[in-house]
Amino acid sequence: MSDELGTGFAEQTLQYLPRLRRYARALTGDAAAADDLVQDTLERALNKQALWREGSDLRAWLFTVMHNVFVNQIRSAAATRTVPVDDALLDSPAVTSTDRLELRDLDRALQCLPEEQREVVLLVGLEELTYEQAAAVLEIPAGTVMSRLSRGRERLRRILSGGGGSSPVLKVIK
Amino acid sequence: MVDSVVTDADLQAYVDGLLPVERALAVEAHLAQHAEDARRVSEYRSQRQTLHGAFDHLLAEPVPAYLIRTVCRRPTVVRHRWALAAGLMAVSVLTGWMMRAYVGFSPVPAVAVLPRAAAVAHVVYSPEIRHPVEVEAREEEHLVRWLSKRLGVGLRIPKLQAQGYSLVGGRLLPGEKGPAAQFMYQDAKGQRLTLYVRVGGDDGGETAFRFAEEQKVRVFYWVDGRTGYALSGQIERAALLRVADAVYRELNR
Repeated sequence: MSDELGTGFAEQTLQYLPRLRRYARALTGDAAAADDLVQDTLERALNKQALWREGSDLRAWLFTVMHNVFVNQIRSAAATRTVPVDDALLDSPAVTSTDRLELRDLDRALQCLPEEQREVVLLVGLEELTYEQAAAVLEIPAGTVMSRLSRGRERLRRILSGGGGSSPVLKVIK
Repeated sequence: MVDSVVTDADLQAYVDGLLPVERALAVEAHLAQHAEDARRVSEYRSQRQTLHGAFDHLLAEPVPAYLIRTVCRRPTVVRHRWALAAGLMAVSVLTGWMMRAYVGFSPVPAVAVLPRAAAVAHVVYSPEIRHPVEVEAREEEHLVRWLSKRLGVGLRIPKLQAQGYSLVGGRLLPGEKGPAAQFMYQDAKGQRLTLYVRVGGDDGGETAFRFAEEQKVRVFYWVDGRTGYALSGQIERAALLRVADAVYRELNR
């Protein structure tokens, strides 16, 4: 591997770090777990950077690496999963007390989705990937993306609206 | 709820703004006549806003330094580690050969490798000005979690303020049998000590404090169960022993 390729790879990867962190945070529901996931992803990506074809979409490739690391983590963690509360974020002054509950509710609601649905809902809804891009990242057919998206959104809607009650727990943050 | 013309996939793509104009118009006509679908679409849209509202702050937030270092310093680190690994192998072979002269053909106890590895790591990293550690002390919580995960044991970082040393940070290193950790401390004058920790040497059991001197580096080391510890520094033996004793007490608190 030439140094030039190494440098270009690192520079571009740095550029996507904030997005990887955002996705990881939403996916794991916990700031510390998210940054652990990002770090494991980076290490794996750097070890496997020879597999990335220069000129192809590095961002999508990094999301694929993160997806694989995430799935492996879930497999090995398996048993007890708690719903973490992100203290660091809750303590930050930008979040008002009314928003606190809402972020916690959103985290909890997302964690209630099966991982496969959560990934699609976030890749499309938060990371703004097209269906084709999401399909490539998750290495599944586009039709599967659509069905997971449809089920994931509907499930999230029901959880957030408290099962259709009159006072939605979460409407809009900020 | 969705007629034959407008499918659920259309509704999703409408929410995501991924429909061609004429298709989007067809969906709008459909929604005008199907209140339930219109409500769903509007709630799906607000889901997107909610997600952005909750998580977009991460795009503006500074990325933790250790993540940036993971990306930027990787090639250098890899070279260091390879050099170090090669050095260690040479050392092990040499030690083995020398030990044979003393004790016939019995295998080299791994415990003899421990102070060597620690001393080499100390020499390599303690003079570093800009990058003495991979993860800095202000990210101590992450440091402990990360290295504990890598070594497969619950690590603790001894507090040595009473001895005049504060934590600089730590890094992951290749050990004889797997990953090892190095924690770096320094005093007010910038004098550095390193604590090297590795798991699963062949030594087993426990040892008392032992002392070794490699070049100008002095090392106190001991083994506790499967975990070996070595404190290295270029200070007086008695002063180093006081700190080593403090480390031992902190770890066994």
